[in-house]
Amino acid sequence: MGMTITEKILSRKTGMAMVKPWQIIEVPIDVAYIHDNNAPIAIQQFAKLTNAKVWNPEKVYFILDHHSPSTTFRAAIHHRNIREFSKQYGCRVIDVGRGVSHTVMAEMGIPRPGKIIVGTDSHTVGVGTFGCLATGIGSTEMAAVLATGKIWMRVPETVKVILDGQLSHGVCAKDVALLILKHFGPSMLNYMAIEFEGSFLDTITIEERMAINIMCLEMGVKNAIMPVDEKLLSKLNSTAMNEEIVTADQDAVYASRVQFDISILEPMVATPGMPTNGTDIKSVEGTKINQSTLGSCAGAYYHDLEQAAEILKGRKVNPDVRFVIVPNTSKVIEKAMQTGVAYTLIESGAVISSPSCGTCGGYEVGCLAPGEVCISTTTRNMDGRMGPGGRIYLASAYTVAASAVTGYITDPREFLGGGIHE
Amino acid sequence: MNNDSLYFSGKALKYGDDISTDHILPSRYMTEIEPQELAKHCMSGIDARFSSKVKEGDFLAAGENIGYGSSREQAPQALKNAGIRVIIAKSFARIFYRNCFNIGIPAVVCPNFITELNDEDMCTINLEAGSIYNETKDKYYNFAKPPDFMLEYIRLGGLIPYLEMQSNQSDRDSIEIKI
Ligand code: SF4
Repeated sequence: MGMTITEKILSRKTGMAMVKPWQIIEVPIDVAYIHDNNAPIAIQQFAKLTNAKVWNPEKVYFILDHHSPSTTFRAAIHHRNIREFSKQYGCRVIDVGRGVSHTVMAEMGIPRPGKIIVGTDSHTVGVGTFGCLATGIGSTEMAAVLATGKIWMRVPETVKVILDGQLSHGVCAKDVALLILKHFGPSMLNYMAIEFEGSFLDTITIEERMAINIMCLEMGVKNAIMPVDEKLLSKLNSTAMNEEIVTADQDAVYASRVQFDISILEPMVATPGMPTNGTDIKSVEGTKINQSTLGSCAGAYYHDLEQAAEILKGRKVNPDVRFVIVPNTSKVIEKAMQTGVAYTLIESGAVISSPSCGTCGGYEVGCLAPGEVCISTTTRNMDGRMGPGGRIYLASAYTVAASAVTGYITDPREFLGGGIHE
Repeated sequence: MNNDSLYFSGKALKYGDDISTDHILPSRYMTEIEPQELAKHCMSGIDARFSSKVKEGDFLAAGENIGYGSSREQAPQALKNAGIRVIIAKSFARIFYRNCFNIGIPAVVCPNFITELNDEDMCTINLEAGSIYNETKDKYYNFAKPPDFMLEYIRLGGLIPYLEMQSNQSDRDSIEIKI
């Protein structure tokens, strides 16, 4: 019996000839990263261990991204403690303003094929885009990883998700993510691994793949893996020979296989409450909004800003709407400045805030008042996430920007020329 | 080792499906680390009266997928600080499940128990035996008991005391997780 990619990575790393779903094994960690929201408890817990040292400081990154630059006095104290801890144990700190951990890790080329990566953020799953097994853990568990370099895992069952076809006019990778989430719901893939394949992946960028992979966590997955191809290797400035590329066996066993035809997909919106509440944009069109947001590890890449600028060029943000943009890394801002995308956005009335989680988690940036409605490219829309009583619809950058112009949820194809049903 | 530490008795506060970590502890309280503050805001995303209802030793009961969403350990920690000693659900989101055991709260999967439970029923649970007794309904339920090393986490109060115990027992100076 063959193994899936996830099973094979686990078997290689543990030196076991074969691992099977449900088996509990202990695995070594290749990279661990910790963000400023969860670091304080991890540090506190680590301090309780007698004579503990960080097992391998080279493999540990602290990233100050949730409150960046420090949004409260208390966050400033946490940041100071993180910097001190890192100095003491020789770990690296990626300080405020650089961006959201997953996207920064990806830009730095740290997640690589075949590796096992843990982060104190649930969306660590997203860096599985690089052909590695990446998963989120809690703070106490991270303290144990810092001390031991190991963790126990239950080998997950794998679901194969096949994406074929290509995006039609006005439809984005975000819409694909919302489609997949709608199909599986919030818990059908609990504890499972996803293995992606299909011709659609050839048609999108690594960043777009990552936007999809990050959102998979909302279905409860342990990890999600994208295939390693030429596009990914060139992003890593590497060659197949230099990487531990893991592919599935021909006779690997999958819990299920699900295929999607992306060509027939139309813009989608997830209604407030859960990211899995996907629906056709038609059913919510016309809903009045107070805020449009581009943000988060899953929704504020350069391509998101570029798509928004495509809509806003020569138009103005509706006076009743604030358009809040929180790019996910500093490199996104650099590029948007070079290409003029940033200028177009600001000229149209948008505000660009510093790269961080910011508005995504309601971290004192771009928050909502009770009763307000936001349409957003961010990752989550649980009740109250951007402020108690606020309601969040999730959609693509096109849809968010079009809605910013009109003041209500709008099908972006109206603004993109070529007609809605070309 | 004292097995009383695997035996719990209390009243079960019942909630529905997909209770997210945003419901359990909204992100605006994430910079809090004071136990009392976390306890005060616990479940405030779904039930403003929770902190006045909950008593030391209570169980939290939920439907499918409790702890859905963010990895924040502050969520189970807030429940623990508020007095919750056991969480029973039809199913758990995976990071939340691990976080519970890591901080010393047993997370128990028992769908039939949840289906038949009413809010505030009195219950007892024997983790080692894998059984729950609903006193109010006079009915027993079985569940798959967690692996031994996770029972150890509960006996000792979580992953950190477990690691301490392991390193005290070993001659080496490195710490290792035994599973
Ligand atoms: S941007 Fe949002 S989803 Fe991404 S890591 Fe930050 S808080 Fe989490």
